Amino acid sequence: MATERSQIETALSRRYDAGFVTDIESDSLPPGLSEDVVRAISARKNEPDWMTQWRLSAYRHWLTMLPPHWAKLDIDPIDFQAISYFSQPKNRPKSLDEVDPKLLETYDKLGVPLHERARLAGVAVDAVFDSVSVGTTFRKELADVGILFCSMSEAVREYPDLVRKYLGSVVPTGDNYFAALNSAVFSDGSFVFVPKGVRCPMELSTYFRINARDTGQFERTLLIAEEGASVSYLEGCTAPMRDENQLHAAVVELVALDDASIKYSTVQNWYPGDENGVGGIYNFVTKRGDCRGARSKISWTQVETGSAITWKYPSCILRGDDSTGEFNSVALTHHRQQADTGTKMIHLGKNTKSKIISKGISAGRGQNTYRGLVKIEKGADGARNYTQCDSLLIGKKCGAHTFPYIEVKHPGAIVEHEATTSKISDDQLFYCRSRGIAEEDAVSMIVDGFCKQVFKELPMEFAVEAKKLLEVSLEGAVG
Amino acid sequence: MMLKIDNLHVRVAGKEILKGLTLGVKAGEVHAIMGPNGAGKSTLGNVLAGRAGYEITQGSVEYNGANLLALEPEQRAAEGVFLAFQYPVEIAGVNNTYFLKAALNAQRKYRGEAELDSMQFLKSVREKLRVLHISDELLHRAVNAGFSGGEKKRNEIFQMALLEPKLAILDETDSGLDIDAMKLVADGVNAMRDPQRAFIVITHYQRLLDYIVPDFVHVMVDGRIVESGDKSLALKLEEHGYAWIAERKLAGVA
Repeated sequence: MATERSQIETALSRRYDAGFVTDIESDSLPPGLSEDVVRAISARKNEPDWMTQWRLSAYRHWLTMLPPHWAKLDIDPIDFQAISYFSQPKNRPKSLDEVDPKLLETYDKLGVPLHERARLAGVAVDAVFDSVSVGTTFRKELADVGILFCSMSEAVREYPDLVRKYLGSVVPTGDNYFAALNSAVFSDGSFVFVPKGVRCPMELSTYFRINARDTGQFERTLLIAEEGASVSYLEGCTAPMRDENQLHAAVVELVALDDASIKYSTVQNWYPGDENGVGGIYNFVTKRGDCRGARSKISWTQVETGSAITWKYPSCILRGDDSTGEFNSVALTHHRQQADTGTKMIHLGKNTKSKIISKGISAGRGQNTYRGLVKIEKGADGARNYTQCDSLLIGKKCGAHTFPYIEVKHPGAIVEHEATTSKISDDQLFYCRSRGIAEEDAVSMIVDGFCKQVFKELPMEFAVEAKKLLEVSLEGAVG
Repeated sequence: MMLKIDNLHVRVAGKEILKGLTLGVKAGEVHAIMGPNGAGKSTLGNVLAGRAGYEITQGSVEYNGANLLALEPEQRAAEGVFLAFQYPVEIAGVNNTYFLKAALNAQRKYRGEAELDSMQFLKSVREKLRVLHISDELLHRAVNAGFSGGEKKRNEIFQMALLEPKLAILDETDSGLDIDAMKLVADGVNAMRDPQRAFIVITHYQRLLDYIVPDFVHVMVDGRIVESGDKSLALKLEEHGYAWIAERKLAGVA
């Protein structure tokens, strides 16, 4: 019928509100990658020699590696010599009060509370602009209870013992191609240390912004919760609209000691490219949490709506007995976006539990792949996993794929996997409209219903934002 | 006249389905439309509700004096047009109550009325449930998901009761229902009969009309209404079959 063709697949337009460029002078390294560049990055950040050497050994290892090809992604070859590995705004501020008003305006436009508003919002923010952190709020209040929250660069200089102890302990420098690259050239990121017995009194968040042209962003985040500590952390990301692909290769490491709990939430909205797949961020990220202590808990929640290509698998190593890992994900691909994302739950300790809820939404010509590994090792008595993996298709040219890997070496393990695929059809939309609900609202309602399980895991104010973001990202998915 | 359909011609995928249909419906009336498969009965319902893919090549549809065909489906709904679907659609993950509240409030907003809050909405829902003998268990499930055929149809009637349309079109609401379920549906419709409200009841069988007694019966054959009458026409049809009408029509033409 004529309806089939016209209803869903026309009018593909999409708004990207964060796509503006801030006109600010920046101090960038020329494009190219070599040992000298690695040294130069280290030197600009006044790093101690051990850090420089750490980077160099990662770089040398990276040179021996090849980019991974196993993901279900179609990636144009990346010219690593065409990327600038360091860019920072000139006139670097000494405190938040000296931050260039243009920068503050940027974060204001993005809705990130950096200044007075931060106080009202009650969320501590670290803002990373291109390669450097431009300011962290609430530092003093946090320091009063013993929590360290600062940029990674500062942490290397000011808390070298902690950094040396934990950096690379979850994601080793040679872990994978992009993690090795990140270890060599990482620019900035957040460092969080919550000492024994402390419950972090507020949400912590980092806001990443790529602004400069032809630069990559290689952030490195390290979050440590000591015995009995707990913390909830959220990161958000945006970038201007540009025709070239830009590389974002981050590494995030989480360490939870006995009875500690870490909740890590991501709302990823990097520029996705236009409707023809021109431009957009390559989001190649390694995120891993180590439940090192008994009864520790790490929970990943991600809402991935941006990026041309997403390649990331936030994982949990369930080392401590009775530790728990969770992964809650909404990944949306529209137009020509591609995502290959999922998680790894590695059960080592006794009575370890993991739960995976993955919601993939594909629209336009988007391709969405869930890839997950549940591994139960020999010593993991009483291990349990539950996986639920749902796909929602909007239109006829998109795709959803599921690759669940299950490796069980313990006969007593209980592993459950459920999967569904559904589709938003013209019939559903007409049904909603015939009841008075406008088409775009109907799509949001259906998508929202589909994602509810994951959204409820987000801190409340971000859940509202995530919902809105999804609506905007799906604009024009039906027409 | 609430609804005035004049010489309506409609094509679907290049094929003419409605070939000059004329029908007038006043507030308070119940019109039954009967006819064999392929006569264009469901097409009529879909065209009135505004489903895409129907090309109107000739004729007009006036609803309360305005051109109905110029309105989007959601506008028609807010103006009081309701189609009870022959095959109600499942929407997984969307709670039935939430869906209904969104629909009702979208309509109210369009009409410039205040939106209902959850308490007011639930109060209204409970009243309707009581009248329709529907268990509130259906409310907590996703829209039509996993509903039996009878539950889906009852849910349509429940939606109708809640949205309180001015013109309700029931597209073969009796199909696939056993006699008890059909009675429940008919009770729901009868409870809603009102001098301000009109119904178009599309059905294959006379049986439903034993319970929903129409003011007018129209027989549709090959995209046109070929015979109109009162309740007794339905009984004659039952007795003689549609072939009888076709013969009469031929005789009339000749």
